[in-house]
This record gives sequence, C-alpha cells and structure tokens, in this order.
Amino acid sequence: MIQLTHTPIDFAALTESVRSTQAGAVVLFLGTVREMTQGRQTVALDYDAYPEMAEAKLKELEAEARARWPVIEAGIVHRLGHLELGDVSVAVAVSCPHRHQAFDAGRFLIDRLKEVVPIWKKENWSDGSTEWVHPGTGEAAELSG
Amino acid sequence: MKTVLKLFARARDLAGSPALELDLPDSATAADLRIALGERVPALEPILSSLLIAVGNDYAAPTTPVAGRTDLAVFPPVSGG
Repeated sequence: MIQLTHTPIDFAALTESVRSTQAGAVVLFLGTVREMTQGRQTVALDYDAYPEMAEAKLKELEAEARARWPVIEAGIVHRLGHLELGDVSVAVAVSCPHRHQAFDAGRFLIDRLKEVVPIWKKENWSDGSTEWVHPGTGEAAELSG
Repeated sequence: MKTVLKLFARARDLAGSPALELDLPDSATAADLRIALGERVPALEPILSSLLIAVGNDYAAPTTPVAGRTDLAVFPPVSGG
C-alpha cells in the first residue's frame, strides 16, 4: 500500500496489513520528527510534496523491492503538512520469508525514498526562522520566520 | 511553444508562484529550460544548478525534450522521510 496523508499515520494498522502466513519476518521503519540537528533546535517540520509524482515514484520503489527481494507485502505511508516533535513522518512496513530479506528491502525502500521521491521538509527552528531542507544545495537557504 | 511547469518547495518560494508559463523553442530540452528559467526568474539563481526537472512522473535528462509540455515540474533536491 502506498499512501500520502495529512493525518497521523496508523503504523500499527500498516504493520498488521503486511503480516502474512507466508512471512517469517515483518520489519517496520518509522521516521520521526527529531528535536536536535547539528546543535540547532527544531520545534516543528512542514512537509510538502508533488503528490502525483511522489505516489508514482513510491510505486516504482515498491516494484523494484519486489524484483530484488521475495517481498510478501509492503506498505509505505508518508505524512504531509505540519508535524510536531516526535510525530511519525513516514512508515515503511515489509514482510518477507526471512529477516535479512525484510531488513534489506525495508532499508532499500526508506533510503531510496529519501533520494528520489519528491517530498520536502521545512525546518521550523526554535529561533523562529524557517528553512527548506534541500540536500546538496550548499547554502543556508534561510528565510525569515 | 507554450510550456507550463509547476514549482515546489524553495523554488516555489523564490519564484513567488506555484506555476510558470514559458515560451520555448520547439527544440528546447531540459537543459534549455534550466537556462530559460534562470533568465525569467533571476531569484532562482542561487539554486538553479541544483534544480531537478521532471516530465510527467519521471526525472528528465538534460537532453529530454520539454517544449510544449504542460506536465513539467521543477524543484530542489528532495528531503522526505
């Protein structure tokens, strides 16, 4: 299951949805909103997406994972909008016959998601400023809060 | 040719708009679009070279034709997760 949502992610239901009697292993990855980044304090994150392309890319990643590992079921849900500290921003659940496959497939999905899926986070720093996170652009990109 | 693109994240903020319409030569590629975009919106200059260009749901190569498309998107490196 692939989903973008503006409401809190029910990761227990997502995990349950990938369970199968064919699977000996279920792996769940959660991305959560972290308070400290290189000494700076986050108070919230805002996530934006290009929804059509993001959903298409997530489906491609699922298909690629299924081609590489014996995935029984996979589910990826990404939250959009305003998230507070500790909120779950992304959940990836994978079931496979054996644990190494499930860990590898799950890691592949979250690693590739962060590289190719058009979703962006904006930091809301504790000093009141905001800043889009755009890896590799090599500048502070600081905007007035 | 009339070419329409969506902008996201910091590119949208710098351009001050979620979408733009450009008039490009029939032979224009994604590389040409990047140059035209920089001329049209000088505010994008600080991130111009890092911008990603998508045609439909796929990332474009520099040689990908873009003229006349209405399903283009331009955005900085992604940071989901």
